Amino acid sequence: MMLFMLLFSRQGKLRLQKWYMAYPDKTKKKITRELVTTILARKPKMCSFLEWKDCKIVYKRYASLYFCCAIEQNDNELLTLEIIHRYVELLDKYFGSVCELDIIFNFEKAYFILDELLIGGEIQETSKKNVLKAIASQDLLQEDETPQSFFDDHGLG
Amino acid sequence: MAPVRGDGMRGLAVFISDIRNCKSKEAEVKRINKELANIRSKFKGDKTLDGYQKKKYVCKLLFIFLLGHDIDFGHMEAVNLLSSNKYSEKQIGYLFISVLVNTNSDLIRLIIQSIKNDLQSRNPVHVNLALQCIANIGSRDMAESFSNEIPKLLVSGDTMDVVKQSAALCLLRLFRSSPDIIPGGEWTSRIIHLLNDQHMGVVTAATSLIDALVKRNPDEYKGCVNLAVSRLSRIVTASYTDLQDYTYYFVPAPWLSVKLLRLLQNYNPVTEEAGVRARLNETLETILNKAQEPPKSKKVQHSNAKNAVLFEAINLIIHSDSEPNLLVRACNQLGQFLSNRETNLRYLALESMCHLATSEFSHEEVKKHQEVVILSMKMEKDVSVRQMAVDLLYAMCDRGNAEEIVQEMLNYLETADYSIREEMVLKVAILAEKYATDYTWYVDVILNLIRIAGDYVSEEVWYRVIQIVINREEVQGYAAKTVFEALQAPACHENMVKVGGYILGEFGNLIAGDSRSAPLVQFKLLHSKYHLCSPMTRALLLSTYIKFINLFPEIRTNIQEVFRQHSNLRSADAELQQRASEYLQLSIVASTDVLATVLEEMPSFPERESSILAVLKKKKPGRVPENEIRESKSPAPTSITQNNTHVNHNNKLNSNANADLLGLSTPPANNINNLSNSNNSALLDVLGDIYGNNNAAVYNTKKFLFKNNGVLFENEMLQIGVKSEFRQNLGRLGLFYGNKTQVPLTNFHPVLQWSAEEALKLNVQMKAVEPTLEAGAQIQQLLTAECIEDYADAPTIEISFRYNGTQQKFCIKLPLTVNKFFEPTEMNAESFFARWKNLSGEQQRAQKVFKAAQPLDLPGARNKLIGFGMQLLDQVDPNPDNMVCAGIIHTQSQQVGCLLRLEPNKQAQMFRLTIRASKETVTRVICDLLADQF
Repeated sequence: MMLFMLLFSRQGKLRLQKWYMAYPDKTKKKITRELVTTILARKPKMCSFLEWKDCKIVYKRYASLYFCCAIEQNDNELLTLEIIHRYVELLDKYFGSVCELDIIFNFEKAYFILDELLIGGEIQETSKKNVLKAIASQDLLQEDETPQSFFDDHGLG
Repeated sequence: MAPVRGDGMRGLAVFISDIRNCKSKEAEVKRINKELANIRSKFKGDKTLDGYQKKKYVCKLLFIFLLGHDIDFGHMEAVNLLSSNKYSEKQIGYLFISVLVNTNSDLIRLIIQSIKNDLQSRNPVHVNLALQCIANIGSRDMAESFSNEIPKLLVSGDTMDVVKQSAALCLLRLFRSSPDIIPGGEWTSRIIHLLNDQHMGVVTAATSLIDALVKRNPDEYKGCVNLAVSRLSRIVTASYTDLQDYTYYFVPAPWLSVKLLRLLQNYNPVTEEAGVRARLNETLETILNKAQEPPKSKKVQHSNAKNAVLFEAINLIIHSDSEPNLLVRACNQLGQFLSNRETNLRYLALESMCHLATSEFSHEEVKKHQEVVILSMKMEKDVSVRQMAVDLLYAMCDRGNAEEIVQEMLNYLETADYSIREEMVLKVAILAEKYATDYTWYVDVILNLIRIAGDYVSEEVWYRVIQIVINREEVQGYAAKTVFEALQAPACHENMVKVGGYILGEFGNLIAGDSRSAPLVQFKLLHSKYHLCSPMTRALLLSTYIKFINLFPEIRTNIQEVFRQHSNLRSADAELQQRASEYLQLSIVASTDVLATVLEEMPSFPERESSILAVLKKKKPGRVPENEIRESKSPAPTSITQNNTHVNHNNKLNSNANADLLGLSTPPANNINNLSNSNNSALLDVLGDIYGNNNAAVYNTKKFLFKNNGVLFENEMLQIGVKSEFRQNLGRLGLFYGNKTQVPLTNFHPVLQWSAEEALKLNVQMKAVEPTLEAGAQIQQLLTAECIEDYADAPTIEISFRYNGTQQKFCIKLPLTVNKFFEPTEMNAESFFARWKNLSGEQQRAQKVFKAAQPLDLPGARNKLIGFGMQLLDQVDPNPDNMVCAGIIHTQSQQVGCLLRLEPNKQAQMFRLTIRASKETVTRVICDLLADQF
């Protein structure tokens, strides 16, 4: 089971956090701080896995973003790397050549996509096609909705 | 950036841009606060917001939260969004609830109601949104509310596949927090049969659920084994085109495969049925075969997915530990990975091999890779990989290769990363002991450890070498010779001095024949290190010296000289001082025979398992390879050490309570203590516990009701004196802390205990003091007090410090009662009685009758009243024995007039005390303070 997933930039800015275990807010902040520091200090050719507290950390860097997951001792590290990759593929397909800015400005979408891939820290759907289909049907429901107010259109809302 | 589909929220984008354009953290915080204020006013405003605006603001709050700020409002608006008929609004509502889970009871009921509605929806997108939210929160409330719906959704024929997938994982999430949610009975087989579902996504999700259920109740779910084996077999033999989108970079359903392989690891043996077993072995062989095939793609995703399945298959093979052929093949495969160019693979191969090394079938195979593993330990760039190589070397070590592996680990230790040294030291120590055929080798290894990595050699390690030397006669002479040589080094580690001191004290005589290590030479060598060592090591050396007196009577005078030097005040540590003087007396008083008995060689330690192993296990629970080859089919060895049964209860000399499991830290003294019960009982008294009687402390607070200066507190360590003066509503108090002992009191820390509420009435400020109170020294601490309003009681000061390694703590009331702010008031009888009559209201009077202290002392009482701070008025009361007083309490807010009358009754030996004051609280407090004081 995945315990949490963190996305952060090379500058150490947190871009997305998803917790599958209930930690107090203070602990979350502490874990995030420690992991960001640990991982940013590692060199490129190093192993993508590290033992940390009583769990394992699997991380990978895509362009300027680090994707970092904590999994349990018995979980499969290599496949966790591929969960990360699948998530990146999905983001890429959805945004079309995804970059960090897409995730910053559309963080809610990034969450929705992640929720289709993983539930409760377990993989729900591994088929890329099926996940994209689910997201598309969500977007379809939005198409009919009314446009925004005048002020908001002009960025004044 | 690509245009965003769905509906963009322009205001949100503008806000995010603003934040990104902030040049400084301060600017960012300012922008955020502005936005928070804006949102708050929108939410509070009477103009009703439409759904879109709510969504937008809730989304902004989410973004602010993700930036690391706390969000304490907006929950209600988010909950409102849940029931919106616009999907995008509902979705944002759910996201907010999921991210900022708040178990606020009012809201959770509303949330549950919304989820219930959405679960009923015919649109699977809505149902999934609800399920995801349940899984995200996963609380007990959720489990209770949905324990009926979700299992039904999972197995019903009407449910769409996408919903089933979510339902399975949602149920799993709830099962983890509330295990009773899973229905039993017929549900069991229906859940198991999800493994046969047409839809790969459903099977994948269901397998996770079943894995958790099996862990809880393996027998009930045993039926899953056959289904899992056949499903796995079909996947593994499928061509990659068969599974369409469930093939990942040419690997058929890697996630499902790994989950099925994990599921099977819950059973051992996996199955009793020969047919199923054959099919499983065939499948595992196929996986191993595929690993040898050329890759279908150069992409790392292909090899990762393929190897993920392979490693999980190897885990299952190791777990079963019953198929020698598969174990050997697995080992060869991992051996190839050891020189793969992917760091990740090398790391995982080393890890897997650690487990293989513990199987009797594959242990020899693993050993074939020893050279490569040693190279990994030395050459890998990543410390976690090097660490893994060390683990594997430890696991693969046996009698045949122990000398080589231990030597390589010792060589590497010189340059090893600090982070892994301590663990390596433990491992080397364990291997050297376990596989020693010749104990001189063992002694060499441990001394090398101390030489190379002395700082990382824990007590357990050096205790253990001493135990072994004492228990093995054949190695004692060698040990003495070796430590003597090691101590020649100009700079040697303190641990070396400890081991050397102990061993020479016991066996120095074995090498005394050689003039180069004659008694005096040994003594001088040890004593040359004395001054560089910690008190604990010094104590040990003193014990060695007394042992020398027995071993080498010819150097008795030299040793007595040293004892004499350290038995006086120059030795800062009381323990050392005491030890030196007792040993000195022992050497003077006791006859040769008594000495020989008291200072006899240590008896053998009871044989027991190494305590070092326990330390290693504690360091890495569940992660230490056993270094214990399992017999096939036998349960894992139960090798938890049982060493605590032999704990040698240590002498009270060690008043600092260093837990000394082996009775080694102060060894010869220990021996003396045991023997002295029969031989030398006078000695025992001297060794008695002198520090335990903290209760002898004297608290003088009561006396300070009537005086401002004096000794407030005293015990055998500390004296606290007070000087104070008061004017109007202000006071200054000097506390003088005197250290009465011969050692510094460290971490000296006085803390004021006076609640914030009380501080509103009496404001006390305290200056900090140095944390160390040197031996015999006195320091002063200044306090200022300001009486703002009358108050009861008085502040307490809590004083904590360390004395000789033991934490000490006292609480002492400060002499800061409200009467300190009295101003004595002179008046004649007429005005006294006029005021007295005026203060006749119910709340203005207080009276107490109490027994007098024996014998009734009227002049004493008069003095006390004067000290109390009021004016004692003579010739006011017609009865000359009665005492009357007047005074004004100064507080910042007001002045409170106060009158007192104290009437003695000589026959009854009683006093009657009456207080009248213009404020009720003052009346009571003053009366309480004075009652029983005369």
